[in-house]
Amino acid sequence: MKSNVKSILMAGVGGQGVLRASDILCQVMMESGLDVKKSEVHGMAQRGGCVTSHVRYGQKVHSPLAKKGNVEILLAFEKLETLRYLDYLEPGGIVIINDEQMNPPSVNLGAAAYPDTVVSIVRERFPSVLVVNAPELANRAGNHRTVNTVLLGVLSKYLKIEEKQWEKGIRDSFPPKTLEANIKAFHLGRDA
Amino acid sequence: MSGNEAIARGAYECGVRFGSGYPGTPSTEIMEEFARYEGVYAEWSPNEKVAMEVGIGAALAGAKALVTMKHVGVNVAADPLFTVSYTGTNGALVIVSADDPSLHSSQNEQDNRNYAKFAKIPMLEPADSEEARQYVKIAFELSERFDTPVFLRSVTRLSHSKGVVTPEDPVPVEDRTAIRFNAAKYVMVPFNARVRRVEVEKRMNALREFAETFPENRMEINDPEVGIITAGMCYHYAKAAFRNYSYLKLGMVYPLPVNLIREFARKVKKLYVLEEMDPFFEEQIKALGIPVIGKEIFSYTGEFDPGIVESAISGTRPESLSCPVEIPPRPPNLCPGCPHRGLFHVLNRLKTFVTGDIGCYTLSFMKPLEGLHSCICMGASIGMAHGMSKALGEKGRGKIVGVIGDSTFLHSGITPLLNLAYNKGDAVIVICDNRTTAMTGMQEHPGTGYTLQGEKTKPVDLKELITALGIDSVRVVDPYDLKATRAVLKEELDRPGPSVVISQRACVLFKRETQAARKPLRVDPDKCIGCRNCIGLGCPPIAWRPFEGMPPEQVKKNAKKQDGMAVIDGTLCNGCTVCQQLCKVGAIVEED
Repeated sequence: MKSNVKSILMAGVGGQGVLRASDILCQVMMESGLDVKKSEVHGMAQRGGCVTSHVRYGQKVHSPLAKKGNVEILLAFEKLETLRYLDYLEPGGIVIINDEQMNPPSVNLGAAAYPDTVVSIVRERFPSVLVVNAPELANRAGNHRTVNTVLLGVLSKYLKIEEKQWEKGIRDSFPPKTLEANIKAFHLGRDA
Repeated sequence: MSGNEAIARGAYECGVRFGSGYPGTPSTEIMEEFARYEGVYAEWSPNEKVAMEVGIGAALAGAKALVTMKHVGVNVAADPLFTVSYTGTNGALVIVSADDPSLHSSQNEQDNRNYAKFAKIPMLEPADSEEARQYVKIAFELSERFDTPVFLRSVTRLSHSKGVVTPEDPVPVEDRTAIRFNAAKYVMVPFNARVRRVEVEKRMNALREFAETFPENRMEINDPEVGIITAGMCYHYAKAAFRNYSYLKLGMVYPLPVNLIREFARKVKKLYVLEEMDPFFEEQIKALGIPVIGKEIFSYTGEFDPGIVESAISGTRPESLSCPVEIPPRPPNLCPGCPHRGLFHVLNRLKTFVTGDIGCYTLSFMKPLEGLHSCICMGASIGMAHGMSKALGEKGRGKIVGVIGDSTFLHSGITPLLNLAYNKGDAVIVICDNRTTAMTGMQEHPGTGYTLQGEKTKPVDLKELITALGIDSVRVVDPYDLKATRAVLKEELDRPGPSVVISQRACVLFKRETQAARKPLRVDPDKCIGCRNCIGLGCPPIAWRPFEGMPPEQVKKNAKKQDGMAVIDGTLCNGCTVCQQLCKVGAIVEED
């Protein structure tokens, strides 16, 4: 059954700022007049664990969770996490991959290998794949912790939301100390 | 707003100014949020039973009291809960139970709707943030109108999802508190309780009648071919999958509106009951003689989503994309520099059986630390260590350790420690004192010296408390110092009788007690012999780099059978030096 509700799935690793980014996204969407729901799980010392955030928007959103095969855009904050949630994408869905590798514990222990074919696996299955080196852009913005804002900038290219709405969302979310770097990071991502 | 924020907001709007609770995922943010509103009194009590009793007292004094806890917290609070159902509330009492289908952050998956039936307390269940805000108000109205405690049930997906909420202005607060005596109602000796027992049944009948016309028990007749009886999050999962089916959405999940259910059943051809976990509605509806489809197609376990609901009803299966490579799992891990890591490394090496408890440190059961061997519930470590050592006798001498966090110890570790001392137990209890309630996000507890609302107060002196309980040997160690930690634990294990070791160092994420920044460490490739001692800590910055596939000029072989080396990611390392202490060849050095 078709509905007008669309879904974005953000996936990353604890500490990467996935939740902050999805908060900003929702705020921006809400202020653009859309109904939005988002969902995630926190709890158990999440640092180092998987973190996902489902963002669903449209005229009237029921479930805050997307179903598999139904996500329009997958935004992976870490390369390997792209594969873990690939099932959620709809056919022809858009994939944004942050080209950053963070080893899971079993890889650190030498008990498993980090797959080196992530991007090619994704490209074989989905036509629209954008790989971004967000840490490099974040450094260029002057703060290595703005990776999540860079990725929001990349995501913004695919959404019909005005640039000034995004800027407002970012202004409302960061303290003056890091605001300038975040604005810069957003634009570097948007132009990537 | 998240569901949790909305619950706090709704309570504030309807004039609630009193709250108590104990942190526990996914309920924690309700009380944290509530505590920020103006004119509110809110506290973290040491455990859920105390929080409940504090709430009962406030209600008895005429206040409107909000009490919050996670699902297993209700187990701790069950004793007062079952009897406040008899006494009624005088003011108003709403208990939020936040359940955790799929055990995202819990030790079990119990369905707390059963408590409503068991304790004869009505229960409401909102389906999104806006309903959460509204239902908490209705819950307080019902509590006042029917003189009953009322449950508001949340689940992780409601508590931690965000949706659009339309806040309203708070109503003016009316002070109705006063001392009023009424022994027949509040002294639950058998003589009085028998009378109240009858009142409870009368109240339940009145509530059953109320449920029939309660507007939040809502029928939506669309396509009459299929009808779904459901509540809470499941309603939205089903609506996302099948917009045009007919629904009976229950806002009150106990007691059920029997006539309304019969009427709905007559209006649709095929009837489903959709609920996560227990067949709570299903059993009651089947007992009415109404045929429904429920647990034969929906799982008893785990959280649902629109895809799961759709496949169960339509009998289809979503296509799965085959992935040609193995995806290594990414479980949560102790943080870099976590003080628990050194302690559990030592415990593993001492080859003791470690009864564990609820906290971040529970994660140390995993490879490679493997330093914890049981976890049942809050406070269980100490009683279990005592029981094991008594049952094992000589065989267990010097081999049983119970480990418990500071917040957990103050929650429910004091009485079992008293028992261990009084009944002449023989186990070493380690209190992992990281100065906060770390796992749920740094909440205050009676050992921190601050209240939930940020006031300074007198912190309990752990050493004095433990001594007063009858433990003669109480030692304090710094878990960053492996040698000293090992020596103290060894001494205490060798000495018969109960003892307590306080492993004391603040959580690395706890900003108030952050120590001076330490220099990150690195591995000197000229010295590393590939022994993997440091790898055995499972610290996130430390990784094994096999020589295989490495450019030959980077391979530095320092030992005969060396097949790789350790590397440390300096951006993650916080320089705790625990790995440095394990390196026998001095290959771990400070970054330049």
